[in-house]
Amino acid sequence: MTTVTDPPQGSFRLSMLINDTRYRSYTFQFIALALLIAFMAYLGMNLVRNLAAAGLNISFGFLGEPAGYDINQRPIEYDSQSTHFRAAAVGILNTLIVAFLACVTATIFGVIAGVLRLSNNWVIRKLMSFYVEIFRNIPVLIWIIIIFSIMTVSMPAPRAFRGENPDSSMLFDMFAFTNRGVYTPKPVLDGAAGWIVIAVFIASVIGIFAYRRYATKKLYATGQLLPTFWPSIAMFFVPTILVYFILGRPITLDYPSLQGFNFQGGIQLRGSLIALWFALAIYTGAFIAENVRAGIQAISKGQTEAAASLGLRPGRIMNLVILPQALRVIIPPLISQYLNITKNSSLAIAVGYMDVTATLGGITLNQTGRAIEAILLLMLFYLTISLLISAVMNVYNNSVKLKER
Amino acid sequence: MAVVLCAAPLTPEAFKQSLGALRGRDPLIHYTVYRDGKKIDRPLGVTTQEEVKMKKTAFYGALAVAGLAASTASAATLDDVRERGVLNCGVTTGLVGFASPDANGVWDGFDVGVCRAVAAAVLGDPEAVEFVPTTGKTRFTALASGEIDMLARNTTWTFSRDVDLKFEFVGINYYDGQGFMVPRDLGVSSAKDLDGATVCIQTGTTTELNLADYFRANNISYEPVPIETNAEAQQQYLAGACDVYTTDASGLAATRASFENPGDHVLLPEIVSKEPLGPLVRHGDNDWGDIVRWTLNALIAAEELGVTSANIEELAAAPTGNPEVNRLLGTEGELGAMLGLEADWAKNAIAAGGNYGELFEKNIGENTPIGLARGLNAQWTDGGLLYSPPFR
Ligand SMILES: N[C@@H](CCC(=O)N[C@@H](CS)C(=O)NCC(=O)O)C(=O)O
Repeated sequence: MTTVTDPPQGSFRLSMLINDTRYRSYTFQFIALALLIAFMAYLGMNLVRNLAAAGLNISFGFLGEPAGYDINQRPIEYDSQSTHFRAAAVGILNTLIVAFLACVTATIFGVIAGVLRLSNNWVIRKLMSFYVEIFRNIPVLIWIIIIFSIMTVSMPAPRAFRGENPDSSMLFDMFAFTNRGVYTPKPVLDGAAGWIVIAVFIASVIGIFAYRRYATKKLYATGQLLPTFWPSIAMFFVPTILVYFILGRPITLDYPSLQGFNFQGGIQLRGSLIALWFALAIYTGAFIAENVRAGIQAISKGQTEAAASLGLRPGRIMNLVILPQALRVIIPPLISQYLNITKNSSLAIAVGYMDVTATLGGITLNQTGRAIEAILLLMLFYLTISLLISAVMNVYNNSVKLKER
Repeated sequence: MAVVLCAAPLTPEAFKQSLGALRGRDPLIHYTVYRDGKKIDRPLGVTTQEEVKMKKTAFYGALAVAGLAASTASAATLDDVRERGVLNCGVTTGLVGFASPDANGVWDGFDVGVCRAVAAAVLGDPEAVEFVPTTGKTRFTALASGEIDMLARNTTWTFSRDVDLKFEFVGINYYDGQGFMVPRDLGVSSAKDLDGATVCIQTGTTTELNLADYFRANNISYEPVPIETNAEAQQQYLAGACDVYTTDASGLAATRASFENPGDHVLLPEIVSKEPLGPLVRHGDNDWGDIVRWTLNALIAAEELGVTSANIEELAAAPTGNPEVNRLLGTEGELGAMLGLEADWAKNAIAAGGNYGELFEKNIGENTPIGLARGLNAQWTDGGLLYSPPFR
């Protein structure tokens, strides 16, 4: 900042807007803003004029009309008589489903690969850098297509499971791997008792976290180290299994079975979902691995050495000393990886996964011809979802970042 | 390993071979696709660069309408085409018999014939066409945004496309209906037996709407697999990822003809919709619409009047005894001038690939592998629906 000694008072001249450092930055900001507004206005007017010339208008009325097309993966009730709005909602849910699955899986892949990349074992280290370099250097669209194509050609069609001596058979009579997807058993809840078991399970997971928190607190306060591993395992299984048997096994499994053209029953993970999910996860996982490695390496070696000289074991050093500090470095780039996953999930249509780009921005756009409206809504959706993810992750980031005292 | 799209379809064997290549060295396998003589390499799989480009087209099309290209919806398409010296004609991404590039990358087919006839009528040169491959999804944005001057891509004339999407269908060059194809060993003999089947459909088509209606009306369920292009649908169908492929019956015949063993697949007897297919242009430029409409009519009328590519030079040399032939070929009257074209516009259009009947026989007729009978597409004089308004 330049310091101006005793600026001459009173006499304001127009040239000061350019020459005087006190005003100059405002002048330029104002000009930039005016230009931006003018440009937007020009685009907007152009849009209106061209639409008028083509005899079109902007209207969102089409969202209330029946969509007329069917969607294969329907997280909510939907049929071809439902509205375009509902079709868009189905698409949004499908986007969120694949984005969520991919984010979780990518994080797991990334953390494992990132930590192992720093392993002392040469083979593991090299294997992990191989993974990172291969996967992040090939476009994700190609991964999606490769996985989908391999599934389509290498897995048997449901037809192959038919007959006396079928060419293919189910794994443990529970899982069927076909070129249309993977079928797994589906848990079926038997009335209220089933829900109680679920509730107990959720409560014990919460309990585990609470216990671990308590253990950490105690450790910091008194230096006494409570066991966490076995109690966690016990809390995870014992209450749920107990309640399950006490209530007379209220949860059963619905097994998929071949009926007619396809497997019916169970849960169907469509090939398109698997390809998209897996491709996004391994691709983004490679980036996350790099973030994790960078985060760990950002913690000075002195910390490790200091911890070691206190007699901590390597696992503890990682968990108690390194990772909590590394998280501060890892979280911000992790946010952008999650955003990338969500946005890249719009490549779904390459394999016919019906995400929001495929429903609202694909079939609806095409059948109604409402290109501008559909694209605007899509932009709005991706913007909202990205900002939400950012906001949530920033809250988390604030909770782990260095507290200034 | 190079597979020419559609002309030699991707069989499961070829596909496995390419996977072998995949394991070998290059992580990308390339189909070789030709677009007007230019070779386009594309990676293996379901969506190709080309199609991604087309998806972008849809998006940029929207942007273009949104005003980045200011003069798209302008009126004088004829002037634009003349100035450019080529006609931009939207076709399929490859459907043998209707529009597909041959081994040398030269586009050929029944729909291509319409494009060439228009180019011949307007520019005097049937080769002056830039073929723009479009998918079911990208075709309308391509037309609305002015990327193409006309669309000849077995597109069904429907109320909403005409009225709401603001296009102008200039006529019908193929009367069709939607059918179903299944592998013979599936043992299905009627579409009503398809309860629970997995069905491959091209998105952005009337097909997916008809399909939903048909299964709903018959109270049976199905699992749709949405697909962008005919080539991908074929690949999925042959790999058994879907039980049924449904599209226009003509498209099914063309697709089946390109299979290694066409006999292993049957077309079910049900035709579940009316699909009048025809060329279309943008609303608002009636002069251009007239040119495309009457070029198509000229092809149809030529067959009715007995004008063929073999005798056209002779008939056009001097006025004949039939005044309508004379008006059509420009040896009498001012029809060409009324359209803003040369007097020999229709002669050029017919000479480009022959009259309607010749185009039909050469590309999709009974002596081709596709083997479609004229059926509804015969002249009205032969009991069909083709009926060109008079040239006067
Ligand atoms: N006639 C229907 C369907 C047209 C359609 O997509 N036909 C398919 C098969 S007959 C096709 O031309 N595919 C070529 C391609 O994928 O580019 C419509 O206009 O919506």
